[in-house]
Amino acid sequence: MQISLSVNGQPRQHDVEPRLLLVHYLRETLGLTGTNIGCDTTSCGACTVHLNGESVKSCTVLAVQADGTEVTTIEGLANGDELHPMQEAFRENHGLQCGYCTPGMVMAAVSLLRETPDPTEDQVRMGLEGNLCRCTGYHNIVKAVLAAAKSPSGVA
Amino acid sequence: MIPAAFEYQRAGSLDAAIRLLGEWGDEAKLVAGGHSLLPLMKLRLASPSLLIDIGRLTDLAYVRDAGQSVAVGALTRHHDLHLSELLRREAPLLAHVAGEIGDPQVRHRGTIGGSLAHGDPASDLPAACLALGASFTLIGPEGERSVPATEFFLGFLETALAPDEVLAEIVVPKAAGAGWSFQKFNRRAQDWAIVGVAAVRNGSTGVALVNMGPAPLRASAVESALAAGASIEEAATHASDGLDPPSDLNASPEYRRHLAEVLVRRALQEADGRSQ
Repeated sequence: MQISLSVNGQPRQHDVEPRLLLVHYLRETLGLTGTNIGCDTTSCGACTVHLNGESVKSCTVLAVQADGTEVTTIEGLANGDELHPMQEAFRENHGLQCGYCTPGMVMAAVSLLRETPDPTEDQVRMGLEGNLCRCTGYHNIVKAVLAAAKSPSGVA
Repeated sequence: MIPAAFEYQRAGSLDAAIRLLGEWGDEAKLVAGGHSLLPLMKLRLASPSLLIDIGRLTDLAYVRDAGQSVAVGALTRHHDLHLSELLRREAPLLAHVAGEIGDPQVRHRGTIGGSLAHGDPASDLPAACLALGASFTLIGPEGERSVPATEFFLGFLETALAPDEVLAEIVVPKAAGAGWSFQKFNRRAQDWAIVGVAAVRNGSTGVALVNMGPAPLRASAVESALAAGASIEEAATHASDGLDPPSDLNASPEYRRHLAEVLVRRALQEADGRSQ
């Protein structure tokens, strides 16, 4: 089936099999390997991307369902060499260790702040319940998201 | 994990979806957000030949005042249920429960119709609809019919929906001022409930249980004990009367019975505290 969508602001068109998952479309068809596959069962959140500005798990969306939408992946956040404020906050607060969950965490966190621009620590922890990190114990991730929310450059 | 191959058609209208269901019978499955169906297809526990995508029928995504009740379109996402001011005012249990499902990513995709039509005993929304005394509008080739939630869930992943019917609307009696509570017990934030309890107290009491049998169900023994004048503590001891709770990695049937009693008690106490 023919799909056309915008990925990181660029129009894309491909003929895809209906069973192709969005995450495979992004990684294999488009070569955007920043989005990771973790559990592949809608649990870990490593594959989180934005669909029309909202966080979704791309292992549980068919590419054909994304036809006509705007998709943003981790590659679409930075402005050239200038990191997105959320990426900057993760770096500043050491919100990662092995880095595997990081693209999904960052995408989930950006979506969270769009919905809740000035969250409490509890709201950040609950807002990231769909993303698992097996290294850091979340402490610095939460710190990073809270710092990003206060960042003068704005996140949304 | 990759689902088995299937054909895919996007339905341009509810009628078109019903027509396709009529042509393909139980070889076809409807998909909207896909958050119940796609995980099963990836595990190859479901292999429909045709997916009928109704996810773009946006006129089925609404929360509307319908006089004595609130009408909720089947395509309404959990995220939008949770944020609906009308639901928060008139049926706060439903808005609250929608915010407890899965995680934000899941709530951005999953729909109330999809969750109910899936009929999973471990899901939260069926229990909320049972406790609230909701009814469901099903549309098929012969027209529409209304089925009370209590007659909708028939068995494990089995509902009253005929193969050529679509769940179109959920009708929730208004319960502003009623006491309500949702108790969800799990070990990790995003998990399914090991046991869950939804309660609404509005003169009479509705209590429904998550994950206490093959289908979403009401705790009828608790309801009749309360109707006969039993105290909350006494009524809660009947939480699993006549039920056969499942055994799995998370809990034995005995542990589930224990949880059901404790959670029913907490739910009724919290509901009483909230009633106006």
